[in-house]
Amino acid sequence: MSAALLAPDSEEEVARAVAAAAAAGEPLAIEGNGTKRALLRPVQAARTLSTRNLRGITLYRPQELILSARAGTPLPEIEAALAEHGQHLIAEPPDTRALFGAELPATLGGVVAANLSGPRRIAWGAMRDHVLGVRFVNGAGEVIRSGGRVLKNVTGLDLCKLLTGSYGTLGVLTEITLKVLPAPEATGSVALRVPDLATGVRALAAGLGSPFGPTGAALLPEGAPAFGLEGTTALLRIEDFAPSVAYRLDRLRALLAPLGAPRLLDAETSRALWRLVREASLLGAAAGEAIWRVSVPPTAGPAVAAALRGAFAARLLLDWGGGLVWVAGPATEAAHAAVTAAARAGGGVWTLFRAPEPLRAAVAVLPGEPPPLAAIAARVKAALDPKGVLNPGRMRAGA
Amino acid sequence: MIALPPPKPEILARRDAIVAALRAIVPGEGVISAPLELKPYETDGLTAYRQPPLAVVLPTSTEQVAAVMRYCHANGIRVVPRGAGTSLSGGALPLADAVVIGLMRMNRILEVDYDNRLAVVEAGVTNLGITAAVAERGFFYAPDPSSQLACMIGGNVMMNSGGAHCLKYGVTANNLLGVKFVTVEGEVVEIGGRHLDAAGYDWLGLITGSEGQLGIVTEVTVRILPSPEGARAMLAAFRSIEVAGAAVAAIIGSGIIPVALEFMDRPCIHACEAFAHAGYPLDAEAMLIIEVEGSEAEQDMLLGRIREICGRFDPISLRVAQTAEESAAIWKGRKGAFGAVGRISPDYLCMDGTIPTSELPRVLGRIAEMSRAYGLQVANVFHAGDGNLHPLILFDANDPESTRKAEAFGADILRLCVEVGGCLTGEHGVGVEKRDLMGVQFLPHELAQQRRIKGAFDPDWLLNPSKVFPLEGEGAAPALTARAA
Ligand SMILES: Cc1cc2nc3c(=O)[nH]c(=O)nc-3n(C[C@H](O)[C@H](O)[C@H](O)COP(=O)(O)OP(=O)(O)OC[C@H]3O[C@@H](n4cnc5c(N)ncnc54)[C@H](O)[C@@H]3O)c2cc1C
Ligand SMILES: Cc1cc2nc3c(=O)[nH]c(=O)nc-3n(C[C@H](O)[C@H](O)[C@H](O)COP(=O)(O)OP(=O)(O)OC[C@H]3O[C@@H](n4cnc5c(N)ncnc54)[C@H](O)[C@@H]3O)c2cc1C
Repeated sequence: MSAALLAPDSEEEVARAVAAAAAAGEPLAIEGNGTKRALLRPVQAARTLSTRNLRGITLYRPQELILSARAGTPLPEIEAALAEHGQHLIAEPPDTRALFGAELPATLGGVVAANLSGPRRIAWGAMRDHVLGVRFVNGAGEVIRSGGRVLKNVTGLDLCKLLTGSYGTLGVLTEITLKVLPAPEATGSVALRVPDLATGVRALAAGLGSPFGPTGAALLPEGAPAFGLEGTTALLRIEDFAPSVAYRLDRLRALLAPLGAPRLLDAETSRALWRLVREASLLGAAAGEAIWRVSVPPTAGPAVAAALRGAFAARLLLDWGGGLVWVAGPATEAAHAAVTAAARAGGGVWTLFRAPEPLRAAVAVLPGEPPPLAAIAARVKAALDPKGVLNPGRMRAGA
Repeated sequence: MIALPPPKPEILARRDAIVAALRAIVPGEGVISAPLELKPYETDGLTAYRQPPLAVVLPTSTEQVAAVMRYCHANGIRVVPRGAGTSLSGGALPLADAVVIGLMRMNRILEVDYDNRLAVVEAGVTNLGITAAVAERGFFYAPDPSSQLACMIGGNVMMNSGGAHCLKYGVTANNLLGVKFVTVEGEVVEIGGRHLDAAGYDWLGLITGSEGQLGIVTEVTVRILPSPEGARAMLAAFRSIEVAGAAVAAIIGSGIIPVALEFMDRPCIHACEAFAHAGYPLDAEAMLIIEVEGSEAEQDMLLGRIREICGRFDPISLRVAQTAEESAAIWKGRKGAFGAVGRISPDYLCMDGTIPTSELPRVLGRIAEMSRAYGLQVANVFHAGDGNLHPLILFDANDPESTRKAEAFGADILRLCVEVGGCLTGEHGVGVEKRDLMGVQFLPHELAQQRRIKGAFDPDWLLNPSKVFPLEGEGAAPALTARAA
C-alpha cells in the first residue's frame, strides 16, 4: 500500500500533482476510493493520487439523456440523482463492495477506469458504450478533453474508449459524461431448471435469439436455494413497460417450455436475484480466495466451466448468456493457470479480478498482447504518459 | 478550398516501379494505373474534391493487404484505404502520391454464428449485405446508415457510422466484437474476438471511428440481433420548430425510447412531398417521424402514449400508421430526403454537427438567419432524439462564388454547433472537409495529444494523411514533455 495520499479537490491541482510527479520521475498510484486496490497488480509507488475529493454532479439533463459528474462522485450519489427522474445507469455496474469487503462505495472514475458492466451489458452495452465524454489529466499534467456532452460524436480519435478500461494507466479521469436512459417501469424473470450448463446456454440462446429482448441472461450452476431455485438454473430477465413485461415473459415461458418447466419470478424476487448476479455474490467466495472473470463466446461457457471444475474446486456463475464466467477458487498459481488455459481454449480473455497480493504480483492478471500490439501499446502509453508515472505495473509487469 | 500536402516527387518518379511491385503482390486485374481507369477512385461522397491517386490496388485477402502494407511501409509510400467511397467528408479522397487500397473485392461473409449471435465478414461486405445474409433466420445488423446499400462494413467501422435506428440500437462501435487489423508495418493482429469486451485497453473502441488513420481493417466480427416482431411509424406535424422540439423532449422524458425519431423542417417537408407524394402536411413548420417496435399490441400501446403526448402540443396533424404499408408511406419521403433535395437544387452540402437537443430551436433559428445572410437555402432533416443535425445547404457547384459561400455557411453552422456545447460531426467524420475546423473544438495541446496517438500506430504518417488533423504540424507531434509544475 502506498504511503502518502494526495487527494486534491480540483482538476487544476490534479494536473499540478501529476506534472510534479512527471518532473521528478516519481510514479503515482491512481485511485478513486481505493475499493479496487485488490484488483489487478499492486502498484509500486511512493505516493497515491486519489480523485475522491473531485465530487459532484456537474450537469444532468434527463430529457437529453446525459449526466456529467466529477470522477470522485460516489456511484450511489449518481444512482440516486438518476432515480429521482426515473432514469438509471445503463450498464448496471456491479456494486463490488461485498466482493472486496470495501466500506466505501465505488467512484464514477473507478468504475469507468475498470470498464465494469453488469448483466444488462448483453442487451444495452458496456460502460464503455455510454461514456460520451471525458476530461482527464495525462502523464505530463495536461488537461485533455475527448468526446463531449452529446449522444453522437465522431470528432477525432475516440479517447473516451481508450481511457475507459485503462485502469488509470493512461490518464487521471477528472470528469465524465455518460449517456443514461429511462429506468424500466416494470421487470420480471423466467427461471428454468436445466440438467446441465450446455442445456442452460441453449435456453439462454433461445431467449436472446428471440424478438423479446431479455436484458439479463444468467446461468446459476448451483441454483439459488434461498429463492426456491434448486439445481442448475437458467434465468432470463425482461425490463420494460408493465404490459410488455407481462407479454414478453409469457412468450419466453412458452419458448422455454420444450426444455423443462419454466417458472415466472415476480418483480421483487427478480430484482433481488439479479442484484446477487450483478455483484457476483452468488459465488460465495471466501476471504482468501481468488476471483476471476472470464469472457468467452457464450457457447464456450460450459466448456470453460467443465475444465475449471476438473482442475480445482471451482465455484461458478455464468452471465451474459453464458459468455461471462465468474470463477472463485484457491488463490494459487495452479488455479490461475487453469483459468487462463480454459479462457484461451474458449477463445476469450480473463481478468484476475480479486486475489491476495502475492498471487497478483506473481502472475499475469490480464492476457498478454501479440507482439505488434504490445509495441503499439507501449508507444500509446508513451504518447500519454511519457515518464511512466501513472499506475506503473497496474495492468502488466513493466507497463 | 482545403489544401492537400504537396506530393513527394521521389514517389511520383517511381510510379512504374511501384505499380510493378504491387502487381507482383496482387496479380491480374487487382492493380489499376491507367488514368481513365483511375477516374472512379478520384473522389468519394464529397464530390467537390477530386484527385486521382498514384495507383489503386484491390487485394482479395488479408495476406495481400499485409504484403501491400509491408511494401508501402518499406518504401515510404502513402496509403489511402477505401471501402465504397461514400464518405461525405472526403475521408477516402486520394492523394497524388498515394496508393489507394480498395477493400471492395474482399466481400465474403465468412461465417454466421446464430448461437453466439455474430457474423464474421470481410471488410468489403456492404452494410445491407450483412442483414441480407442473416434475415432468413430473423436476424439483422442494427446500424443502418442511409447509404447502407453501398457502404461497406470496413468503412462503417472507420467512420463509426450511425443510422436512423441508433437511438435504440447504437452506432457501429456499439455493435462490434472484433476486427482483423493490418498495421502500417504490415503485421496482422486480431483485435477483440467473439467475446464481449477487452481485458486491457479497448483497441477496438479506439480503432472504430479512426477514419483510416491507424491501420487497415480486413475482417469484422459484428453482433447480429433478432428482428423485432414488428415496427410501425407515426407522423406528427407542428406549428413551430420550438413546439416540435418540446414534443421530442416530452416523449423522451416520458420514458419511451422510440427506435427512430426523425425531424424535418418546412423546406425539407416541401422538397420531400414534391418528390415522394407521401401526404406530408405542407402547412407545418416541423414534422416528426416516430417509429416503435414490438408486437401489434405493444406498438399500439406505445403509439397511443406518444400520440397522447404529441396531442398536448397542438399538432397540425397526427397520423398513426395502422399497417406496414402505411408505415412505409410515412417513411417514403424521409428515406428519399437527400434525393428530393437534390431535385430542387443542382448541389447540396450535407452538414453533420450534433447539438444538445435543448438547443434545437435556437440553433435552427440561427441557421435560418445565416441562410438569409448567405442567400443560400437550407433544408433540415435530422435524428431528433440524439441532436445529430443534417442541414442540407443548397448551392450550385458550377458557380465558384456559390460554392465558396456554401462552404463558409457550413463552417459557420459547425462553429455554432460547438459553441452551444455540441460537436463538428455526429456520424460523417472529419475527413478533409472539417479538418481545418478541428481547432474550433479542440485546443492545440489536445490535438497534439491525438496526433501523438496516431503517431503511435503510424510513426511515419503514411496512413490516410492530410485528413482529420489540421495540416500544420502534420507528422509526428512534438514529444510530450511535462508541463511546468
Ligand atoms: C480487475 C478488477 C478488480 C477489482 N477489484 C476491486 C476491488 O478490489 N475492490 C472493489 O471494491 N472493487 C473492485 N473492482 C470493481 C471496480 O473496480 C469498482 O467497482 C470501481 O472501480 C470502484 O471505484 P473506486 O473509486 O473504488 O476505484 P479504485 O479501486 O480506486 O480504482 C479502480 C481502478 O480505477 C483506477 N482509477 C480510479 N479512479 C480513477 C480516475 N479518476 N482516473 C483514472 N483511473 C482511476 C484505479 O487506478 C484502479 O486501476 C474490481 C474490478 C475489476 C475489473
Ligand atoms: C447518400 C448518403 C447517405 C449517407 N447516410 C449516412 C448515414 O445515415 N449515417 C452515416 O453515418 N453515414 C452516412 N453516409 C456516409 C457514409 O456512407 C459512411 O461514412 C460510410 O460508413 C462510409 O463507408 P464506405 O464503405 O463508403 O467507406 P469510404 O467512404 O470508402 O471510406 C470511409 C473512410 O474509412 C476509411 N476506410 C474505408 N475502409 C477501410 C478499411 N477497411 N480499413 C481502414 N480504413 C478504411 C477510408 O480511408 C475513409 O477515411 C452517407 C453517405 C451518402 C453518400
